[in-house]
Amino acid sequence: MGKRVAIVGTGQTFHKSHRPDVNGQELINEAVVRALQDADLKMKDIDAVVIGNMDHFEGINYVDCWSVDGSGGTMKPIIKLTTGGTTGCTVAIGGYHLVASGMFDKVLIIGWEKNSESDTTGAITTAFDPIWDRLVFAGAISGLAAEAQAYMARYGATDRDGARVSVRDRRHAMNNPHAQLRKEVALEEVLASPMLADPIHLLDVCPRTDGACAVIMASGELAEKIAPKPDWIWATAARHSYTYLGDADYGRLTSMREGAQEIWKKTGIKEPRKELDVIELYQPYSFGGLIWIEDMGIVGPGEAPQYIWDGNTDMGGELPINPSGGVISCNPIGATGLIRCAEAAMQVMGKAEGRQVPDVNFAFSTGFGGCWWTDMILHGRKKPK
Amino acid sequence: MTDQFKGIEPMVYESMINIPYSWWAGDTASRFFISLRDEKKIIATRCMTCGKTYLPPRKSCPACFTGDTEWVDVSDEGTLLSFTVARRQFASIPRELKAPVIWGLVKLDGADTALLHYLGDVKPEDVSIGMRVKAVFAEERKGTIRDISHFRPVR
Repeated sequence: MGKRVAIVGTGQTFHKSHRPDVNGQELINEAVVRALQDADLKMKDIDAVVIGNMDHFEGINYVDCWSVDGSGGTMKPIIKLTTGGTTGCTVAIGGYHLVASGMFDKVLIIGWEKNSESDTTGAITTAFDPIWDRLVFAGAISGLAAEAQAYMARYGATDRDGARVSVRDRRHAMNNPHAQLRKEVALEEVLASPMLADPIHLLDVCPRTDGACAVIMASGELAEKIAPKPDWIWATAARHSYTYLGDADYGRLTSMREGAQEIWKKTGIKEPRKELDVIELYQPYSFGGLIWIEDMGIVGPGEAPQYIWDGNTDMGGELPINPSGGVISCNPIGATGLIRCAEAAMQVMGKAEGRQVPDVNFAFSTGFGGCWWTDMILHGRKKPK
Repeated sequence: MTDQFKGIEPMVYESMINIPYSWWAGDTASRFFISLRDEKKIIATRCMTCGKTYLPPRKSCPACFTGDTEWVDVSDEGTLLSFTVARRQFASIPRELKAPVIWGLVKLDGADTALLHYLGDVKPEDVSIGMRVKAVFAEERKGTIRDISHFRPVR
């Protein structure tokens, strides 16, 4: 068993659709400086840096080297991790491993994206097999649409159920000054917005965002010295399910189910619905907010729409999901998974300000990639034994 | 956001980096594409350990991780597992196709996994999950997955 690890500080940019006032290093620097301030640490205190973003998005392959002016990584051990949409969660898991190994006491973890600089479709297409899938590639939105169609056919859900999730997240974003989109929408507005790929309307999906996030992790007793209320990492899991697009089980997120089951088993959680206090779900489109919480084991197959309509996942409900406004309100892809992690940490540390859920004991954050990959982190207030 | 650029003229540098690649299909995929191109026959690999038939064919079974596979013929007819209709001309849509474009995940009879492809000769409103579809082969076949032009409903 490795060392105990906790998050002791987080920092984010104020995420926008375009940030032409800064270059990539400067954008990264804003998040890093805020995380150091939050933990009351200096760059010289940091032992190692983990950084990640989407391959090809900014067309800079050696981001670990190129970013040191902004990341503070000059002459420090620095490693790049990139796994597509899950990158932000993967860098957090990678940083956790570095600290848990006992090799590094304080690790700075960075996820970032200047989505406005990219050819998003061109870059995302490179994630798929060139011989089998690219010639018939349906684009990121269409893959999600096929998942939603299969779920609706299997369980009788409707596009109104999806829209209800979008209404929730967009309302929650009103409480988060870092979110890009902060405008409430009515259910009918979601349904009346242009159809992109059946059944996904424009207001069911995430925007493109420029932003960065940084998280500092520290080991055991050191973490308790740095932060009055550190956010302890209880368990992490990561799963990938297929090589070719047609291999996945559309309508169910197998990687979420397998990963979540591993975490509940590792930590002795019997009823995640009762034992979790808040979830920051990497949910780039509304229907994922239905399907994936079933795979997570919060409710049974086909039960998510009613659970959500009853207000259980709204602020003040039994298990608030995405108090930050989630990915639908803000998606700087390489940062997005780490924002989920940081937001969950802020909930545990009692630093979530206007979006704070009261008395958080356990928080859960996830990452998701359009290749049906899922990774996840269980955060807790108490130090794990 | 409004006065974010006050007094700033943000400079932008355009790039059209062009990086050509050539991908070898390998023995297993080549055998499939040659069969498709020359005989309009769809073949797949079956794992001798778990019995699952994979399309696209695999040199080794991803579940059992053994190379003990045999070639089997699968039908050019199958069942639609899911689909979507792209209502916009997404950048991922080939130039010769115009929105609305229908994508489907088709499980061909005899295979245990689905193939992603286009649906054609059908209106979007007439497509439903579970419907039976059949491969329409391209007139001119070049040894790619587009040697299947699209799938059409079985009438």
